Amino acid sequence: MNGVEVSTQESSIASLEQRAVSLRRHVLRMGERVGQGYVGQGLGIADLLAVLYFGELKYDPNNLAWSDRDRFLLSIGHYSIGLYGALAEAGVITADELDTYGADQSRLEMAGSEITPGFEMTGGSLGHGLGQAVGMALGARLDRRPSRIFNLLSDGELQEGATWEAAMAASHYRLENLFAFIDCNNQQADGPPAQVLNVEPVHSKWESFGWDTQRINGNDIRAIVKALEAAKKIKDKPHAIVLDTLMGKGVLAFEQREKNHFIRVEPSEWKIAREQLEEGAQASKKRSS
Amino acid sequence: MSTAAPRVTGNILSSDTYGAEQTANAPFGEALIRAAEANPRIVGLTADLGKYTDIHLFANRFPERFFQIGMAEQNLIGVAAGLSRSGFIPFATTYCVFATRRAYDFIAIGAALGHANVKIIAGLPGLTTGYGGTHQGIEDLALMRSIPNLTVIDPCDATELSQVVPVIAEYPGPVYMRLLRGQVPITLDPAKYQFELGKAKLLCEGNDVAIISTGLMTARALKAVTQLRDNGVSAALLHVSTLKPFDKESVLSLLRRVPRVVTVENHFITGGLASALADTVVDAGLAVQIRRVGIPDCFCESGSIPYLVQRYQMDTENIASAASELVEKQLA
Repeated sequence: MNGVEVSTQESSIASLEQRAVSLRRHVLRMGERVGQGYVGQGLGIADLLAVLYFGELKYDPNNLAWSDRDRFLLSIGHYSIGLYGALAEAGVITADELDTYGADQSRLEMAGSEITPGFEMTGGSLGHGLGQAVGMALGARLDRRPSRIFNLLSDGELQEGATWEAAMAASHYRLENLFAFIDCNNQQADGPPAQVLNVEPVHSKWESFGWDTQRINGNDIRAIVKALEAAKKIKDKPHAIVLDTLMGKGVLAFEQREKNHFIRVEPSEWKIAREQLEEGAQASKKRSS
Repeated sequence: MSTAAPRVTGNILSSDTYGAEQTANAPFGEALIRAAEANPRIVGLTADLGKYTDIHLFANRFPERFFQIGMAEQNLIGVAAGLSRSGFIPFATTYCVFATRRAYDFIAIGAALGHANVKIIAGLPGLTTGYGGTHQGIEDLALMRSIPNLTVIDPCDATELSQVVPVIAEYPGPVYMRLLRGQVPITLDPAKYQFELGKAKLLCEGNDVAIISTGLMTARALKAVTQLRDNGVSAALLHVSTLKPFDKESVLSLLRRVPRVVTVENHFITGGLASALADTVVDAGLAVQIRRVGIPDCFCESGSIPYLVQRYQMDTENIASAASELVEKQLA
């Protein structure tokens, strides 16, 4: 790697890290309005969404129907709080609209759906995203469009059989334009997957299904960028990037909660949460400078 | 001395040509090829039932536009939904039982909720297979009618199947269509009959009793009308191939005139045509005598088609006698 590339990478990584902090601010803003929800997931996945929406995805916030766009499919509808933050940051929706999260008549449902601009499909009933991603990847290939399809699924979602039906089809059709991120945050509705129904070993499962597979720290922006670069070099195979993430990442009080699939937060705690996010952001900025 | 060959379940591999005088080969496959020649956005998919749903003809003609998904019905619908969201018009085939029982959530959420342009083509409706409860689609119409946004069609014969395909290819939304495959009876005259989405068709005028039928049962209902006529009973016949949206106007206009009706369907008598009609009649506050011909509340036996049709009282005579009973009751 030459010096120029490294310095470009450094500066873009610093700016992606800033974006991730902004995304987390949006998540806290939405969480505070309703006092509860999937705040842990939104914070945990902010690093990936920052990399995708401000580094990797080709899309036009002013023309969401652009046919050559890359598609991001959110299988896990309850992570919508994270995606709303990214869409607001990207200018697809306004930041003010975030205040309607989970409210009656809002476009920002707690279990996100395609009524929200920028949502390519309706997830939430788990196991739907990857199959539709396969269809979109086949469609892009048939149309000779450069579009790439990115799907975010979760560790718990690996228990849905449909995920593996789609995984098999993706490798059968050698869909190199398809990228799946598996968020392993080690928490599902009834507890950690290891207790509910073991999903490990995740890496070798995807590999044995014929996918180009990597497993990385999903809260390390540099590692996510690097993994994407490596995946793009692999031809004739779909790409799985398994992300080990920390729920509540960036807010110490939420990181330390034992059960954080759906959290309820006292009004007084939000101020602390916001302060912890800013303190953490300052400290990491100092570390990287 | 000759012995008649026993009727065996194995005949199920051909389509139900029971009672048919004329047939056409693979009308769905042929119609799909014609539609796809005109519209390059049409693609085909199947879940390991290409040969058995006649879509293999499309696959041979347009190999690059055909996707074999394997025995994975959830993914069949998921991939079709993804293709539709990329601007294609996917026709996805499997059997009624597998599409509706195994992939229900994928039809509801993947296809219907977002109005995805997915066409689900489902073979072996009702008693058109000799295999038993595993393969006979007896409740698929009930399941599909319960899904918002979904159009549900049960075509009568080869003529109608051929007409439905280009219409649903043009219609921008999710559709569930029952399929008749292989050698398919020709009942309706293509020179006289024209399918219209959401429209019931009055095939026979009559004053004593109304017969309202759907799917292949319309062929038997037509014969029942003739039998009744020979016995001095004037029966009207309304063919309802689109079960959802239901053509309430045509149904009510007939029943206001003739408030005695036999519903006839190749389906469980609950949740399909009879239920759609009952809903309509109740909402309109109409007093109507109804007799239902269809599959009772049971998983059916396996067996040859003629045996099953008689066993479950799904034949021409059963329709005619239900109609006669209504007329006699009225006279009494």
